[in-house]
Amino acid sequence: FAGLADVSISEDIPVEGEITVPVGSQSPDEDFSTLDEPVRDTILRDLKAVGKKFVHVMYPKKSSTLLRDWDLWGPLVLCVSLALMLQGGSADSKDDGGPQFAEVFVIIWFGAVVITLNSKLLGGTISFFQSLCVLGYCVLPLTVAMLVCRLVLLAGSGTVSFIIRLIVVAAMFGWSTLASTAFLADSQPPNRKALVVYPISLFYFVISWMILTFTPQ
Amino acid sequence: IASPAMHLFAEFDDAANLLAANPDATTISIDEPVEIPKNQHSRQQETGREEDDELLGTDDSDKTELLAGQKKSAPFWTFEYYQTFFDVDTYQVLDRIKGSVFPVPGKNFVRLYIRSNPDLYGPFWICATLVFTIAVSGNLSNFFIHLGKPTYRYVPEFRKVSIAATTIYAYAWLVPLALWGFLMWRNSKVMNIVSYSFLEIVCVYGYSLFVYIPTAILWIIPQKVVRWVLMIFSLCLSGSVLVMTFWPAVRDDNRRIALATVVTIVLLHALLAVGCLAYFFDAPEVDFPAPVTPTLNGTIGITKSH
Repeated sequence: FAGLADVSISEDIPVEGEITVPVGSQSPDEDFSTLDEPVRDTILRDLKAVGKKFVHVMYPKKSSTLLRDWDLWGPLVLCVSLALMLQGGSADSKDDGGPQFAEVFVIIWFGAVVITLNSKLLGGTISFFQSLCVLGYCVLPLTVAMLVCRLVLLAGSGTVSFIIRLIVVAAMFGWSTLASTAFLADSQPPNRKALVVYPISLFYFVISWMILTFTPQ
Repeated sequence: IASPAMHLFAEFDDAANLLAANPDATTISIDEPVEIPKNQHSRQQETGREEDDELLGTDDSDKTELLAGQKKSAPFWTFEYYQTFFDVDTYQVLDRIKGSVFPVPGKNFVRLYIRSNPDLYGPFWICATLVFTIAVSGNLSNFFIHLGKPTYRYVPEFRKVSIAATTIYAYAWLVPLALWGFLMWRNSKVMNIVSYSFLEIVCVYGYSLFVYIPTAILWIIPQKVVRWVLMIFSLCLSGSVLVMTFWPAVRDDNRRIALATVVTIVLLHALLAVGCLAYFFDAPEVDFPAPVTPTLNGTIGITKSH
């Protein structure tokens, strides 16, 4: 062994590793299998995620929760409830009434898809479904406005009720636009922000107009 | 070769005062800095054609074709291909809108603003805005006109949105298609016509529709005279953008065909405006007071209200 006395390991080469083989693998959280848990847990977890996103929309801070864990349950629920609340409107003849259920549905989803495509074509870095998720969740203030409008219309449909409805819808329109801009604006190239924000405001304006012009039979 | 050109040029000068042509000036354009300056110097001898070339851009149309070819080189099934049609910044879109609302006489919209970078953002979103503006303004104006009547119940008239959308998008995309096909066909028969690509024509039509947006909002005012004045004013503005763009493209053709083309373009544009006004905006009632003396003038009061 005389030759080995010359062998030396320099100090700056770290030598590390594990010699022992762990018995029984520790699976990380993402591999958690949902087959073994009760159904109630699965549903509650998703509901909590949706609820958390609703809270994020109502108090928009620049958090990435909405973007990172996108889901489309919230937008679906909002869209269906908005479309249902817009039913039962004035319809003397079928032609001149308010939007039908399918029309509201198509406007919201088709509008969201078109705006997402627009922002991606302009060079945005957000993914398709993330953008759909944000646009869908930001319909929440307008759904609240629809609820308020229907309640106000129960009380009466004169000028005062119209002014109240106008103020509420205008405020919620501003809230929706600001909330979605807060989430989406960062992913756009800086000299094209206005080109992306304008279609979003047009989209929420159309929904606001449908809400404001709802007249019960 | 110069004399027939001068002859044509003189004819044009007499016949159409649309373009403020200055026949004997050697023009140096400072509005188009990206056009190659040495082209202008080399054409000092042909004083007659200089004005034309500024408008036609015949010398740099080859270059623009080259540039267009270099730009859109991605295959058409990739996303990047369509991204090249949205390669505009905010200030560029605003500039193009400004150029369509304030047309400078003698300047070609395509050469000045589009400059081989046609975009689809402007045409698409201007059409969308116009659709909703017309529908909403029409609804509002009908509401104000019929407000006091006891038998009136407000209806949102949502069906009209889909009709407006079909009409305006069909106009903004099918008419340019037809015009482009027609110009291509004429181009194959008569040389030296400046040719626009399909996207540039769509661009011009899309941006020229912008002036109808404030017009539609102002059409809420329930006065017939005001509405017609607004219509004629906006028709002149957007029509002049179209005419100044397409006149150089058909000028070298047979006189009658050139005039017929330009007249058709303006007529279709006018038809769109008149049709929108007639369909979406109810006629304002004549300003008679409501029949307050039904006992005396019962029948006359009823007939007056129509």
